[in-house]
Amino acid sequence: MVEFEPKIVGFFCNWCTSSAADLAGTSRLQYPPNVRPIRVPCSGTVDPVYLLRALREGADGVMIGGCHPGDCHYITGNLKARRRVKIIKTILESLGLEPERLLLAWISASEGKKFQRVVTEFTEKLKQMGPSTLSKKWK
Amino acid sequence: MAEKPRIGVFVCHCGLNIAGVVDVKRVAEEAKKLDGVVFSTTYVFMCSEPGQKVVENAIKEHKLNGVVIANCSPSLHEKTFRNAAARAGLNPYRVEIANIREQVSWPHEHEPEIATRKAIAVVRATVERVKNNMTYIPYEVPVTKAVLIIGGGIAGIQAALDVADAGYEVYLVEKSPTIGGKMLFLSETFPTLDCPQCIETPKMTDVSQHPNIHLMTYSEVESVEGYLGNFNVKIKRKASYVDFDKCTGCTDCLRVCPVKAPNEFDRGLTKRGAIYMANEQAVPLVAVVDEKYCIEVNFQKRVKAGKVKPREKPVCSKCVEVCEADAINLLESNEKIVEVKVGAIIVATGFELMDMKKLPEYGGGEVPDVIDALAFERLLAPSGPTAGVPKRPSDGKIPKSVVFVSCAGSRDPEHGVAYCSRVCCMYLAKQAMLYKHAVPDGRAYNFYIDIRSNGKGYEEFVQRVREEGDLIYLRGKVSKIFRKGDKVVVWGADTLTGQKVEIETDLVVLATAMVPPPEIKKLAAKLRIPTDEYGWLSEAHLKLRPLETVTAGIFIAGAAQFPKDITDTVSQASGAAAKVLTMFSQPKLKREPIVAEVDTEICAGCGLCKEQCAYDAIRIDEKKNISVVNEALCEGCGACAAVCPSGAMRLRNLTKKQVIEMIEVLTENY
Ligand code: FES
Repeated sequence: MVEFEPKIVGFFCNWCTSSAADLAGTSRLQYPPNVRPIRVPCSGTVDPVYLLRALREGADGVMIGGCHPGDCHYITGNLKARRRVKIIKTILESLGLEPERLLLAWISASEGKKFQRVVTEFTEKLKQMGPSTLSKKWK
Repeated sequence: MAEKPRIGVFVCHCGLNIAGVVDVKRVAEEAKKLDGVVFSTTYVFMCSEPGQKVVENAIKEHKLNGVVIANCSPSLHEKTFRNAAARAGLNPYRVEIANIREQVSWPHEHEPEIATRKAIAVVRATVERVKNNMTYIPYEVPVTKAVLIIGGGIAGIQAALDVADAGYEVYLVEKSPTIGGKMLFLSETFPTLDCPQCIETPKMTDVSQHPNIHLMTYSEVESVEGYLGNFNVKIKRKASYVDFDKCTGCTDCLRVCPVKAPNEFDRGLTKRGAIYMANEQAVPLVAVVDEKYCIEVNFQKRVKAGKVKPREKPVCSKCVEVCEADAINLLESNEKIVEVKVGAIIVATGFELMDMKKLPEYGGGEVPDVIDALAFERLLAPSGPTAGVPKRPSDGKIPKSVVFVSCAGSRDPEHGVAYCSRVCCMYLAKQAMLYKHAVPDGRAYNFYIDIRSNGKGYEEFVQRVREEGDLIYLRGKVSKIFRKGDKVVVWGADTLTGQKVEIETDLVVLATAMVPPPEIKKLAAKLRIPTDEYGWLSEAHLKLRPLETVTAGIFIAGAAQFPKDITDTVSQASGAAAKVLTMFSQPKLKREPIVAEVDTEICAGCGLCKEQCAYDAIRIDEKKNISVVNEALCEGCGACAAVCPSGAMRLRNLTKKQVIEMIEVLTENY
């Protein structure tokens, strides 16, 4: 049997997590290719609709990567993201979807290794959880 | 874009960096099949001049109205290709980068098939985005031709003089009572053996006398707002209880103060009063009162807090009484906030040494005759507390032997410092030499891992010291340092002979790691510039933009970025000044137009966006009942668009429609 390969959409803030992903690449750190990145200015750019839409379109997991609290390039964007993610998680639960399919991680520009670790762990976790039921239900 | 999309996709091999993993031909072929793509190609180095020509020619020939470059991180070449597009007559904001190197080929080196599929997905998503990219023109903003320089060490001094000499105003902010920084602590500088007082103090005086420089010592940056060309900065002038305009630097007050506090300038080896002058060369030459130690100030604070009753007579007013200039007032804090407007900022906050207490295995902070290298500089300095003949802290005896320990905390991940501090090998050689000059019959041992002497005249200097100095260089690490009677015992290894070494010595000098100053994190947050994992300020690009930060208009100079010697620090400071002057040479600055905008036909003026804005860039037009974005203030974070219930508020070239189309592409075809 072919192993289940989760689909993951990643929203990475330009100033921190996207730079961390660049650093991971430059350092040739290897991680699973499941995450497909969208570079956004800030974690606070991410409209909750994007998260739900990604899950509905068939993503098994969605990841937002931003700067550590206090370090957001736009002062408080990441705190806004944190609040929104919290709310979306409760919505996911009420839809019968595991809230762990949504991951918010603080990864600064210098944390290439952390980027590698977080992406690897998230992919592993989604593999164990199996495919998301949401896309099938809705489609 | 309203017109029919005519998109070109350009896939870079980057030599083998991309093409060695990703099948670039296939990526280009797949791209060609996409709706709206009229041209696609690959090229070995798209960023090279002929590569850029490929893009320019295709834009003209195929009348492209959108371009996707599939190559490295946008932080490297987004600008390159936007400029190329502009040369070919295409609006630069019609160009987007698909990062298939850092985020595809490099991290998936061993999976060419999957990496190729991922690259195709990323390119397709970027094509979808570009289809809806619009034309924008950068805003022109005026530039305030004044610079804020944070830190008055040799880096800040050099940058200040360069900018001021070019005719622009400089605000030089220094947290301690004098400028001069760490360089002023030194005995002599390697490899030229200049006396730093002789070469630095003239520059300090130039700063204080320069008509274009506003010197603000004993001050800190409180807050920074605004953007490139237009920063509003609040500066806190700390409470000094001394009127700097009146103080004549006569030092009468210093002699009568009954308090004994550790003297920072001598690394705590000597004492100073609560009222003190940083040192004899202080610029400005004024006294300050240290709030923490002054008896009267603390009494007044307790009175204000209602803890004690006020007295008719002051508890201690010795300094006030002797001050003929009437410059001291202990009864009231003279702290104040000053506001300045500047167009650019240079951060030159320098370094600190690792706290010796972090090195308990070396007796750090425990054994009095184990000192750090800056303390030893003071003991070697003719202007220092021992007039250049070192005497050890415990009993004031002249040490007959000194053990120098390199890499104390540096190159040592266990102490959190994996890097090399870059100057220690050099100054230890110098210190050993100066020690031998001062104490000719003394013995000097130097434990080292390897000698790093890569600068002009550096290797020659070390060789000279070793040849004429009768020094004992031991290649190996020190494992333990402890006290035994009035001696200090050093255990180490000599890896060249494979022997364990034990030395009983009078004094140990630790070349402790250079670390970022503790306040840097807070300052970086105020400036919204990132630091690396240690706390050094991050440059925009280590190789090609080492003086810039990612925030436009904010530059770095000196050891704030990473340990540096004086030569490199001064060069970098002049470099940062040149960057600022380049900015100031333009009548107007260009500001990115990728900000938020409102569709006034949909907006109902609900104001949710306004609440999200951290820059106060949105206001509600009460008459028309719509939101209005102030483009000069908007930074383009998109937080407003993320909450807009109607979709009226959007981030240019990253609209909801664009992102959703990208999501759709990225979730298919795994
Ligand atoms: S800029 Fe990174 S989270 Fe806001």
